[in-house]
Amino acid sequence: MNNPPDDAAPPIQTYISPHATAPSAPRGLPKIDINDLSFFYGEYQALKNISLPLHDRMVTAFIGPSGCGKSTLLRILNRMYDLYPKQRAEGKVMMDERNILDPKQDLNMLRARIGMVFQKPTPFPMSVYNNIAFGIRLYEKVPKSEMDDRVQTALKRSALWDEVKNKLHQSGLSLSGGQQQRLCIARTIAVRPQVLLLDEPASALDPISTAKIEELIYQLKSDYTIVIVTHNMQQAARVADYTAFMYMGELVEFGQTQQIFTTPRESRTEDYITGRFG
Amino acid sequence: MDRASTLMYRRRRMRNRLVLVLSIAAAVSGLIWLVAILAELVWRGAAGLNLQVFTQMTPPPGSDTGGILNALLGSAVLTLIGTLIGTPIGILAGTYLAEYGRGSKLSSVVRFINDVLLSAPSIVIGLFVYQIVVTSMGHFSAWAGAVALALLVIPVVVRTTENMLKLVPNQLREAASALGAPRWIMISQVVYRAARAGVITGVLLAVARISGETAPLLFTALNNQFWSTDLNQPMANLPVMIYRFALSPYPYWQQLAWTAALVITAAILLLNVVARSLIRTKG
Repeated sequence: MNNPPDDAAPPIQTYISPHATAPSAPRGLPKIDINDLSFFYGEYQALKNISLPLHDRMVTAFIGPSGCGKSTLLRILNRMYDLYPKQRAEGKVMMDERNILDPKQDLNMLRARIGMVFQKPTPFPMSVYNNIAFGIRLYEKVPKSEMDDRVQTALKRSALWDEVKNKLHQSGLSLSGGQQQRLCIARTIAVRPQVLLLDEPASALDPISTAKIEELIYQLKSDYTIVIVTHNMQQAARVADYTAFMYMGELVEFGQTQQIFTTPRESRTEDYITGRFG
Repeated sequence: MDRASTLMYRRRRMRNRLVLVLSIAAAVSGLIWLVAILAELVWRGAAGLNLQVFTQMTPPPGSDTGGILNALLGSAVLTLIGTLIGTPIGILAGTYLAEYGRGSKLSSVVRFINDVLLSAPSIVIGLFVYQIVVTSMGHFSAWAGAVALALLVIPVVVRTTENMLKLVPNQLREAASALGAPRWIMISQVVYRAARAGVITGVLLAVARISGETAPLLFTALNNQFWSTDLNQPMANLPVMIYRFALSPYPYWQQLAWTAALVITAAILLLNVVARSLIRTKG
């Protein structure tokens, strides 16, 4: 694959990792542990007894045909489904020894720690600067100069700074699709989450923008645990360390990406990745 | 076989032409009246248009000087207060319907009542406010007029606000809550911003509607021959003034009624144009 070398230094020197000062577990241990998780849209069961770990500062990809439940699974991790009545989850999703599904879980604090980027770029109808400041202002009262720094850092981190540094006060909607998507990533990491959920982040973009997003994912994983849903199996093979193959609401196979793509244990996995269905 | 199909084709073409002519005729007959009304209005109204119309008070009977200044001011005041009362209520109710109450029983009841209110004859609103405000105050007043107009503003603003908020893609709401924004911040900072042009348009259309209403003011603000800014007293306003002067036997009053009608029509037209251009620049 044409990934940059594994230990590529973050390209921006001013950037300070949110993990740099916090004592954290060594990379690769499970950050989130999904345990016997089922999900219902009303009566319909969309996920059946899913269990898998999401490894710290690694990229995990969910692949599978449309309707297999991969986006549903992703949207459980930040409790997005809470916006809608009649959707409910059973089982456990443990992060830092706490169950995300606990009804007492503070949703806004949860979402500050687990950021999400959507399939279609969703810049807010405000300036580039305010798009990023919006999230920061939700949690912190920072002076103007620090806010400027935070905005700049987030934009540099998402490889957008050079393209927008002269239009920070233009509408976020004036950017191209690929830039809008990187703006959404910048907006998400400005809040300093630990986990990034990416829901088909490149499926609405052209190949060049897609390549930029993939490169960005590769750079971001040194600091963030990343979960990506993708329709594109080559993309999963390029960016993910671990891959989960889902089918009809079930987790068919989970393992290291290389193993899934070269020596799948399940015949359904093999059929899917070789293009026999889906 | 071949002949039959040409015949069918001809018949189809004939029918097409017939329907086309009929629909054009229908459109033209609708437009003719509009153009005729506007032409008459401009013709008769412009004749009396001069500076004193805008600088002098409504004249006593028989006089042949005087203007519509007090009625113009009164209309502006009544419309402004009516809008200021009605808009926040309308926007908040519309927000409830579109954001908080989606699919709930209460919201379908509120929506139904709002639709009834939207199509209620404005004279009924006038009578209602007469009963509630005028009889309890003991006299006609500008306040009563403004309340009546506010009651007309509310359903229009509720409806447009709800529709405009529903046009905002759900992804934007999800994106805001995925950042951890509580619902009220998501609505006030993201959803309102996305729907701003549409909501403002709704308010402007409501203003355009109430600035020409006569019936609700007849029983509430009544009218005033003199300059008055006291909201507890009857207040002059263009629609009622037009109604009175047009029915009077005095030629100068009749002329002033035409001129006032032209002024009010031009103002409403302007408001509509502004509202429409806002819709267009929305995206």
